[in-house]
Amino acid sequence: MSLRVNDLRVHYRTLKGEVKALDGVSFTMADGEILGLAGESGCGKTTLGKSLIRMDGRMRHAGGTVELDGRNLPVGDDRAMNAFRFHEVSLIPQYSMSAMNPTRRIGKMIGELLRSRGVTLDTAELHHRIDLVGLPREVLSRYPIELSGGMKQRMVMVISTLLDPSLLIADEITSALDVSTQKAVVKAMLGFRDNGFVKSMIFITHDLALTSNLADTVMIMYAGKLAEKAPADKVVKAPRHPYTQLLINSLPEIGVRYDQRKLAGIPGSPPSLLNPPKGCRFRDRCPIAGGECAEEPPVAEIEPDHFVACWKA
Amino acid sequence: MTTTTTLPTEERVVRREALYFAVRNTKLMIGFGIVLFLLLVGIFGPILANVEDPNEYVAAAMLPPSSEHWFGTTTFGQDVFTQFVYGLRTTFVAGALGGGIAAVIAMVIGFVAGYRGGWVDEILNMLTNVVLVIPTLAVLLIINAYLGIRSVGVQALFIGLTSWPWAARSIRAQTFSLRNREFVDLARLSGMTTRKIITREIAPNMSSYLFMTFILLFGGSILIASSLDFIGLGPTEGVSLGLMLQNSTQWSALQLGLWWWFVPPGAGITAVVGALYVANVGLDEVFNPKLRET
Amino acid sequence: MGRPHVRRYFGRKLLIYGLTFVVAVTVNWMIPRFMPGDPVASMLARARVSQPAAVEAMRTYYTNLFGFDQPIWQQYLNFWGALFQGDFGISIWVFPTPVADVILAAVPYTLALMIPSVLLSYWVGNRFGAFAARRKLLDNTVLPVGYILTATPYMWLAVILAWGLGVVAGWFPVAGGYSFSLQPSWSWEFFLDLLHHWILPFLSLFLVALGGWAIGMRNMIIYELESDYSNYLSALGAPSRLIRRYAYRNAILPQITGLALQLGVLVAGALVTEIVFSYPGLGSLILKAIQNQDFFLLQGTFMFIVIGVLVANFLIDIVYVLIDPRTRTGMAGAQA
Repeated sequence: MSLRVNDLRVHYRTLKGEVKALDGVSFTMADGEILGLAGESGCGKTTLGKSLIRMDGRMRHAGGTVELDGRNLPVGDDRAMNAFRFHEVSLIPQYSMSAMNPTRRIGKMIGELLRSRGVTLDTAELHHRIDLVGLPREVLSRYPIELSGGMKQRMVMVISTLLDPSLLIADEITSALDVSTQKAVVKAMLGFRDNGFVKSMIFITHDLALTSNLADTVMIMYAGKLAEKAPADKVVKAPRHPYTQLLINSLPEIGVRYDQRKLAGIPGSPPSLLNPPKGCRFRDRCPIAGGECAEEPPVAEIEPDHFVACWKA
Repeated sequence: MTTTTTLPTEERVVRREALYFAVRNTKLMIGFGIVLFLLLVGIFGPILANVEDPNEYVAAAMLPPSSEHWFGTTTFGQDVFTQFVYGLRTTFVAGALGGGIAAVIAMVIGFVAGYRGGWVDEILNMLTNVVLVIPTLAVLLIINAYLGIRSVGVQALFIGLTSWPWAARSIRAQTFSLRNREFVDLARLSGMTTRKIITREIAPNMSSYLFMTFILLFGGSILIASSLDFIGLGPTEGVSLGLMLQNSTQWSALQLGLWWWFVPPGAGITAVVGALYVANVGLDEVFNPKLRET
Repeated sequence: MGRPHVRRYFGRKLLIYGLTFVVAVTVNWMIPRFMPGDPVASMLARARVSQPAAVEAMRTYYTNLFGFDQPIWQQYLNFWGALFQGDFGISIWVFPTPVADVILAAVPYTLALMIPSVLLSYWVGNRFGAFAARRKLLDNTVLPVGYILTATPYMWLAVILAWGLGVVAGWFPVAGGYSFSLQPSWSWEFFLDLLHHWILPFLSLFLVALGGWAIGMRNMIIYELESDYSNYLSALGAPSRLIRRYAYRNAILPQITGLALQLGVLVAGALVTEIVFSYPGLGSLILKAIQNQDFFLLQGTFMFIVIGVLVANFLIDIVYVLIDPRTRTGMAGAQA
C-alpha cells in the first residue's frame, strides 16, 4: 500500500464555528495507482488534497491518520510535514497559470527552489523531462509570462515531479484548459506514472468523464464523506451509490463539465457542514431514501475493491 | 425588472457580515473613535468657547498651561486652547471640502474612463497622468500667492482640483474590472443609460472602496492645507491648525520655549490624519476577508 | 528581443512628461494674467514700499516681459522664448539678481537634503516593512508607529525635533545652512558645520517618509505572501527565507511606482522642513518670495520644481525597466 488514509477529519475554522469539510474519510491506494477524486464543489475533495500536502491557516487537523509508504504523514504539523513535501508528496496546483514567480527566469527559479531543499539540480534530467512534455529547452531562460497557459501547466508538472515523489496531488489541473490541451495533459500525467516519476497520483477533478479515462480508481465524495470508491469502469458502468448513479446519468456528452450545468438531474443542495445532519447526508436529495437512512451508512466493501456508503447498495 | 430596489439576500448577508466585523475591528473602532472625538471638539468647542475672534488677546502673554488657559497663551496673550478648537473646525472643513471635491472629480473621471474605455479613456488617462506628475503643492503655492484674499473654501477648492489623480486611477481600474460582469451586462441589455448603470450598478458595488478612497483624500487634504497654511498661504481670516504652527514658528515660540503653542496644533493634525489612516486599514480588513487575521 | 516595447514604454512616458511640462508652463503663464487685478500695477505697488529705487527699472522690465500691447498668443510665445533662454525674470527680493541665479544658489541645499533622505528612508522603510510583515509582535509595533509618522505633518516633526534636540538639548543648531560666523569655503571646518546644520532637517524628512514606506511595503509583502507562487513554493516545502525573498523582489516593483507618485509630497515636505530650519534651499526661497511678493522668484522656483520632479520621474522609470523583466518582454507589467 502506498497511501493509507484512516478516518481523516479536517475542519475549517469560521466565525460561526467549525465547518467539518472532511468528516472521517478512509481509503487506501496501491503503488502506481491513479485515483480520480470527484464530487460537487464543497464535497471535501479539495480539502482532502490540501490536507495531504499543506493545510492553509484556517484548516485544523481534527483527527485520523495518514500513512505514506508505511510512514506516518504528520498532516497536522506544518513543520514536520516540510520534510515530506516535494520529496515524498507533491502538488500540481489548480493555479498553475500563476504558480511560478513572475520575476524570475524559470530555470533560475528551479535552481533556487532545489537548492533551498538541499538538492543539487540534475540539469540533464531536467532537460530530459522538459523534452518529454514537449516543451523547448529555452523555456528555462524565459519568464513565466512569456509562456502560454498550456506551457505553464506542463512546466509546473515538470517542476512538481522533479524529485520523484511517491504521491502526487493534481488539483483541478485540467479545468482551465481546452479539450485538446486537456488530452495532452492527461497523456503527460500517464507518462509520468509509467516512467516512475511519481508512484501514485490523486487526480482531483470536476470532470467525471475525463477522470474515468485517466484514473484506475474513482472515488466519489459527498458532503465531507466518501460515497463510493471503485475501479473506474465500475463507477461508470455499474455505480451502486444513488448519488454516483445520478452523477453518471446527468453526465453530459464527454468533455463538458457538469458543474456548469448545475447538476440538473439532482435537485436540492448538499447539507451545511457546520452542523451536518444525522444519518445519511444524501438523504434529502436521494430518490430512494428510506427509514434506515436516518442511521449513518458505513462504508462497506460490497465486492473486492468496490466501497459504497449506502444502505441500499 | 428593477434589480436595485431590494438587495439580493446574498448581498444583505455580506453587509451584515461586514457590520459584524466592523464593530469587532479594533483598528476601525479606535480610528473612528478618535476622529469622532476630535470632530465633536471641533463642532462644540467653538460653541462653548463662545468668543468673537479666537485671535483676540485675552490674557497675559506666554502663560504656560493652567486651569484657566488649558493650553496656555501665545506671545500676544491669545488663548491657545480657543485657537485649537477653532483651528480643528477649520481643519475638518478643509479636509471634508478638499477631499470631497477631489473624490467627486476622481469618481467622474474614473467611472467614465473605466466604463467607456477607448479614446475617452485614453484622453482622460493622459489628463490624469499629467496632473499626477505635477507637484501639487507647487501649483497651489502659485495660485494662492496670486489670490489676494484667501478663504478656507477657496483653498479647499484648489486642493480638490489638484489632488484627485491617484484616486481617479484606482477607481478607473476597479470600474474596468466591473464593467464586463454579468449584472452590468444585464443592465446594459435592459436599456439603462450609461449614467444610471454607473450610479446604480457600478458605484454601489464598489461603495466600500469609494468610501476608503474618500477617507484617504480627506486625510491628504488636511495635510496639504496645513502645509499651505504653514508657508503663509492659509486663509487670511480666522485660524487653522496650520496657521497656528506658522504663527508659533514665526514668533519664535521655539526659541522662547513655548511648547504649548506648537505642540497642540501638530498633534491635532497628526491625530486626525493618523486616526483616519488607521480606520482605513480597519475598513480594509472588514471588507477584504483575506486580510482578516485568522 | 523586446527592444521595441522598451522604446514604446519610454515614448509614452516622455509624451506624458512633455505634456506635463507644457501644462505647467501654461499654468505658470496664465495665472498672473487671469487672476483678478492688474499684476504689474499691484506688483509695483507692493514693491514701491520695499524697493523704491527699483520701481522704474521694474516697470519697464515687466511691461516688456508681459508685453501687454501684443496679442495674447504673442505674449504666450514670448514667454516660451524667455524660458528657453533661461530667463526667469529678475528677483525683487534681491533686486536685480536674475531669478535663475537665485534659484541655482539654493538648489544644492534642497538636493542635499532630499536625495539622501528620500533614498535612505525608502531603503530602510522597505526593509523594515518587509521584515515586520506577518511577524505578530513587530507588526503590531511597526504598523502604529508607521501610521503616526506618515500622518505627521513634515513641519511639525521638524519643529518638535528642532525644539527637543536643538533648543532644549542644544545638540544641533536650529537655523540656517551654516553658521553666520563662517564664510563658505572648501575646508573641513566649514564642511563639518554644514553637516551639523544638515542633520536635523535630514532626520525630520527621513523619519516622516520612513513610516509611509514601511507601511506600504508591509502591505505589499502580505499581499505577495498570499499569492499563488508563494503558496506553491510553500507546498513544495521551500523555506520561508526563499519565499520572502521572492515576495520582496516582487513587492518592490509597486513600491517604485509609489516612489514616483510620492515625489510631489516629498518635495512639499522638504519645502516646509526647510522653512522650519531656515535652511537656505528652495523652501526658504519660496517663503521669502511670498513675504516679498516676489512673483518672478516664486514662478521660477515653481518651474525648477516641476523640471526636477519630471527628471526624477524619468529616472525612476529607467530603474523600473531595469528591475521588472516584464516591461522588457513587452507583457504588461508597468502601468503608466
